[in-house]
Amino acid sequence: MTQRLVVIGNGMASGRALEHLIEAAPGRYQVTVFSAEPRVNYNRIMLSPVLSGEKTFEEIVTHPEEWYETHGVTLIRGKTVTSIDRERKTVETADGIVAPYDKLLIATGSSPFIIPVPGKDLPGVVAYRDLDDVDAVLAAAEKGGRAVVIGGGLLGLEAAAGLKMRGMEVTVIHLAPTLMERQLDPAAGWLLEQEMVQRGIEVVTKANTKAVLGDTRVEGLELEDGRVIPCSLVVMAVGIRPNATLAKSADLNVNRGLVVDDAMLTSDPNILGVGECVEHRGQCYGLVAPLYEMAKVVAATLTDTEAAYTGSVTSTKLKVTGVDLFSAGDFAEGRDREEIVFRDAARGVYKRIVLKDNRILGAVLYGETADGGYFFDLLRQEADITPERDTLIFGRSFAGGAPLDPTAAVAALPDSAEICGCNGVCKGAIVEAIGAKGITDLDGVRAHTKASASCGSCTGLVEQLLAATLGDAFEAKRVTPMCACTDLSHADVRRLIVAKELKSIPAVMQELEWKTSCGCAKCRPALNYYMIATWPDEAVDDYRSRFINERVHANIQKDGTYSVVPRMWGGVTTAAELRAIADVADKFAIPLVKVTGGQRIDLLGIRKDDLPAVWADLNAAGMVSGHAYAKGVRTVKTCVGSDWCRFGTQDSTGLGVKLEKAMWGSWTPAKVKLAVSGCPRNCAEATCKDFGVICTDAGYELHFAGAAGLDIKGTEVLCRVATEQEAIDHGLALIQLYREQGFYLERIYKWANRVGMDEVRRRIAGDHEGRAALVGRFLHSQTLFQTDPWAERVAGHDAHEFSPLATIQPMEAAE
Amino acid sequence: MNAHAPIRIAIGHVDDIPREGSRVVRAGIMEIAVFRTTTDEFYAIDNRCPHRGGPLSEGIVHGGFVTCPLHNWVISLKTGKAQGADEGCVRTIAVTVDAEGRVSLDLPANLAAAVAA
Ligand code: SRM
Ligand SMILES: Cc1cc2nc3c(=O)[nH]c(=O)nc-3n(C[C@H](O)[C@H](O)[C@H](O)COP(=O)(O)OP(=O)(O)OC[C@H]3O[C@@H](n4cnc5c(N)ncnc54)[C@H](O)[C@@H]3O)c2cc1C
Ligand code: SF4
Ligand code: FES
Repeated sequence: MTQRLVVIGNGMASGRALEHLIEAAPGRYQVTVFSAEPRVNYNRIMLSPVLSGEKTFEEIVTHPEEWYETHGVTLIRGKTVTSIDRERKTVETADGIVAPYDKLLIATGSSPFIIPVPGKDLPGVVAYRDLDDVDAVLAAAEKGGRAVVIGGGLLGLEAAAGLKMRGMEVTVIHLAPTLMERQLDPAAGWLLEQEMVQRGIEVVTKANTKAVLGDTRVEGLELEDGRVIPCSLVVMAVGIRPNATLAKSADLNVNRGLVVDDAMLTSDPNILGVGECVEHRGQCYGLVAPLYEMAKVVAATLTDTEAAYTGSVTSTKLKVTGVDLFSAGDFAEGRDREEIVFRDAARGVYKRIVLKDNRILGAVLYGETADGGYFFDLLRQEADITPERDTLIFGRSFAGGAPLDPTAAVAALPDSAEICGCNGVCKGAIVEAIGAKGITDLDGVRAHTKASASCGSCTGLVEQLLAATLGDAFEAKRVTPMCACTDLSHADVRRLIVAKELKSIPAVMQELEWKTSCGCAKCRPALNYYMIATWPDEAVDDYRSRFINERVHANIQKDGTYSVVPRMWGGVTTAAELRAIADVADKFAIPLVKVTGGQRIDLLGIRKDDLPAVWADLNAAGMVSGHAYAKGVRTVKTCVGSDWCRFGTQDSTGLGVKLEKAMWGSWTPAKVKLAVSGCPRNCAEATCKDFGVICTDAGYELHFAGAAGLDIKGTEVLCRVATEQEAIDHGLALIQLYREQGFYLERIYKWANRVGMDEVRRRIAGDHEGRAALVGRFLHSQTLFQTDPWAERVAGHDAHEFSPLATIQPMEAAE
Repeated sequence: MNAHAPIRIAIGHVDDIPREGSRVVRAGIMEIAVFRTTTDEFYAIDNRCPHRGGPLSEGIVHGGFVTCPLHNWVISLKTGKAQGADEGCVRTIAVTVDAEGRVSLDLPANLAAAVAA
C-alpha cells in the first residue's frame, strides 16, 4: 500500500529531497506538501537578482505547477502547519486542515532574526527571506529615498547592492569592524567595503542599532552613538535562526535546531528533518550545499536504503554582480597555523590560504576567484600540499609547473573535484553524464546533472569540462568560420588581431593564413572594422573594403539611385532645416520625401552624381550625415519629456540630443539605435533599442540589448543612475565595450547574449574604473572618427566616386 | 569598315581608377564598369548585374571578382559569369593599356551601334 508522506515547508531542501525520492521510488509515497508561502517552489538564493532587477520571479521557479501535477504531489499553498499530533500521526494547519501521515518530513527552514529594538514593528521595516519580503522592499524602493540595511553579511550586502541598482540611496550598518567577518578576514573585508563605497553604498561599521524612528512608518534609524540616519526603509539582515518551534511544541528533541542523526531521523523514527531547521552533530547550516547532501540521505532513508550524512565543509560566494569573492573553511590566525598571502593592489586582488601541517584549513579569495574550487577541493581532501607549496597561491594553473590553459586545467582536476558548489556536483558525475546521456551542450549538463543550474557561477567551468571531455566534437559545434577564406571564427580573429598586433588587412591575411589572396566581400568589411576599432590611431580605414553605402555615405536603392538622411538630433528639427530640405527636394527633383521610423527625414531617389551637391546644400543649413547607411550609430529617438509633457520626469529630449552628439560618427560592429523616454510610459520605445533610457523621478533607468527588427526582444535593465552625466557615461562605455567585443554584423542583443548579460553589467555598471577607461577609449576614437563624411566629400574627397570616368558620345562611337 | 571589328576608344588613365575599385563609362544608354585589381589587371564588364540589374561598379572587388552590392552575387571579371550556385553572365569588354598608361576599351561594333542608336 502506498504510504502517506507529509512535508512541512516547501523550500529548497524539501524540494530537492522530493526530487531524489521520486527518482528513486516513484509512486511509493502519496505526497502532500504544506507551504506557508502562497506559491510554487523557487530558488531562494536567486532572490537577490530578482531584487536587483536582473531576473524575474518566473526565471527562478524550480518546481512549476506542472511538476506537482506530473508527480502527483499535492501542494497546499499559503497554509502554515501549527501542530503535530505524534500519537495520531496527523498535522494540522492554523485554519483546521488535518492531514494524516505515515512519514513526516519537517523542512521549515529558518527565520530571519529581528533585533529587538523600539520601532522594529513599524511599516517599512522588512526582513530578507522570501518573495514577499522582496515585494515589500521593491514597493518601498519605488518611492526612492534612502534604505538602511542592518547587517553587512552575505544577505545584507546582496540586498544593499540590489537596492542601489533599484535607484535607492543605501547605507549598510554593521556591528563588526569589517564586512562579512564570518566568511572573510579583515583584509578581504576591507576590499569589499571599498567596492561597496565605490558603488555609492555607504558603509558604517562598528555600529549598533538603538532604535527605528518614526510615527506611522519608518523615518530614520538611531545608532547607539546617537547618530540618526533618515531613511524610508530598513532591511534587517542580521542573521537567521533555525525554525524549530513547531518541532519543539511536538516534543521532538530540539537544541538550537531540530536534532537529527546521520540518517536524518529526529527523535521520532517516523519523523525526518532536513534543511536549515535541523541541527546535525551540533551544527546548523545556512547555505544550500549541505542541505542538498542532507536531501539525498532523506530520500535514501525514506526508501529504506542505508545512507549517512556526516556533515559538510562549506564555501561561500557573494552573488553581487561584479564582485568576485570566495571563502571556505577556517581562516582564523593561530599559533600552529601558517599563511600564504598574495596581493595585487592595482587589480584589487587579494588571496590568502591558511595552512596547518601543510594542509589547507581555509582560503579567502577576493578579486580573482577562479581557483576557489581547486583550493576547496584540496581542503576537503585534506591533501598534503608540500610539493606545490611554493606556487600554491597562484592556483591550479601554476601547480606542478607549466601554466595550463583553462580547459587543460579542468581536465587535470580529479573526478572528485566539485564543479558546482550549489548543487554539489563533482567533475566525475558531469563527465559520466556527458558520456551516458550523450550531452553536447551546457543546457544538457544543466538538465541531467543540475550543475550550473542554480547560481550559475560555475558555468565557465562546466563549459571547459564539456570542451575537455568532448574535445573537437564540442569545439567543432561552436566554431563557425568567418567566411570561406579562413577556418578561424570571428572570436579567434579578433583575439589574434590584438595578440599579434596585426594592424592592416594584408597583415591579418598573411599572419592568419587566409586561403584567398584578397579576401571576399564577407571578411573584408569585417576586418576593416576590426582594424579601425582595435587600432584607431594606427590602422588606415580601407574604404575599398567597405560596402558601397559606407563608401559613398548614402543608401543604395534597387534602381542604383541613393537615399539621403540628414541627422535630426534626437528627432528635433527647425523651420530652417525643413525649409532647406524642401529646397533640396525641389532643386534636385527628388521623387520621394519620407519620414523614417527613426524620427527623421529620408530623401529618396537621388542620382549618384548629384550626391555632393545635395550634401553641400544640406551642410549649408547646418545638417550632417545621419549615417542611415552605417554599421554605426544611427538614431536616437526621444520623446518630448519634462520640458513639455505633463508626465515627463527628466529632459529626455535633451539627453537624447546629448547622447547623439557624443556618439555620432562612431563605427560599430552593427548598427546601433538608441531612445530616451521621459517617463515609464515610454513613448520613445526605449525598451526595444540597443541602448535605451527611461527617465524616472529618481533618475535614469538604463536599458540595453533590445531588438525590434528580425527578432523582437525587450531590453534588459543595465542599472539605474541618478545623473544625466552617469547615463551618458554608461551609454558610451556600453558602446565601447560592444565595439571591442562584438563580431561584425552582430547586434548588441546578440553580443550581450553571447558574452552574458551579467558580464556586460559587471563591466559597465559594476566596475567604475573599467567604465571610465571604456569611456576614455571611446572618446579618443571619436576625436579621430567624428567627422561629417558629407562635408569631406563636398570638399572633394573621393571625387572619382561621384562622376563617370568617361562619357562616350554616340557620335564618337559611331565613327 | 568591317561591321564586326571592335572599335577601340580611349577612356582615361590607369591612375583614374583606384586599385580594388572601379569607374563607370557612360555610353549612351549603356553603362560599362571598368575594374582595376590589386595586381593592376584591368577588366571591363556591363554595369548591370545578371540578377536584377545591380550596378556592379559599386561592389567590393576581391581578386578577379566583384560582389554585387544589391544581393551579393559574385561575378567573375574575366568571364562575366556568376559564381557558385547563381546562374547568369554579363558581357565582358576587352581593355588595353598602352605604354603611357592610357586605358582603352574595345567596344564591339554592335555595342557601338547600340550606343549610336
Ligand atoms: C528608412 C527606414 C524605413 C522608413 O522609411 O522608415 C529604413 C530603411 C531600411 N532599413 Fe530599416 N529602416 C528604418 C528603420 C528601421 C527600424 C525602426 C527604427 O529604427 O526605429 C528597424 C527596427 C529596429 C532595428 O534596428 O532592429 C529597422 C530594421 C531593419 C533591419 C533589421 C535589423 C535587425 O538586425 O534585425 C534591416 C536589415 C539589416 O540591417 O540587415 C534594415 C535595413 C534597412 C535598409 C537599410 C535596407 C537596405 O539594406 O537597403 C533600408 C534602407 C532604405 C533607404 O535606403 O533609406 N532595417 N529599420 C528607416 C530609417 C530609420 C532612420 O531614420 O535611419
Ligand atoms: C536572499 C538570499 C540569498 C541566499 N544566497 C545563498 C547563496 O548564495 N548560497 C547559498 O548556499 N545559500 C544562500 N541562501 C540560503 C539558502 O537560500 C537557504 O540555505 C535555503 O533556502 C534553505 O532551504 P530550506 O529548505 O531549509 O529552507 P527554505 O528554503 O527557507 O524553505 C522553508 C519553507 O518552509 C516554509 N515554512 C516554514 N514553517 C512552515 C510551517 N509551519 N508550515 C508550512 N510551511 C512552513 C517557509 O515559508 C519556507 O517557504 C540565501 C538565502 C537568501 C534568503
Ligand atoms: S514618455 Fe512620458 S514624458 Fe515622454 S511623451 Fe510619453 S508620457 Fe510624456
Ligand atoms: S542585382 Fe546583383 S545580386 Fe541582385
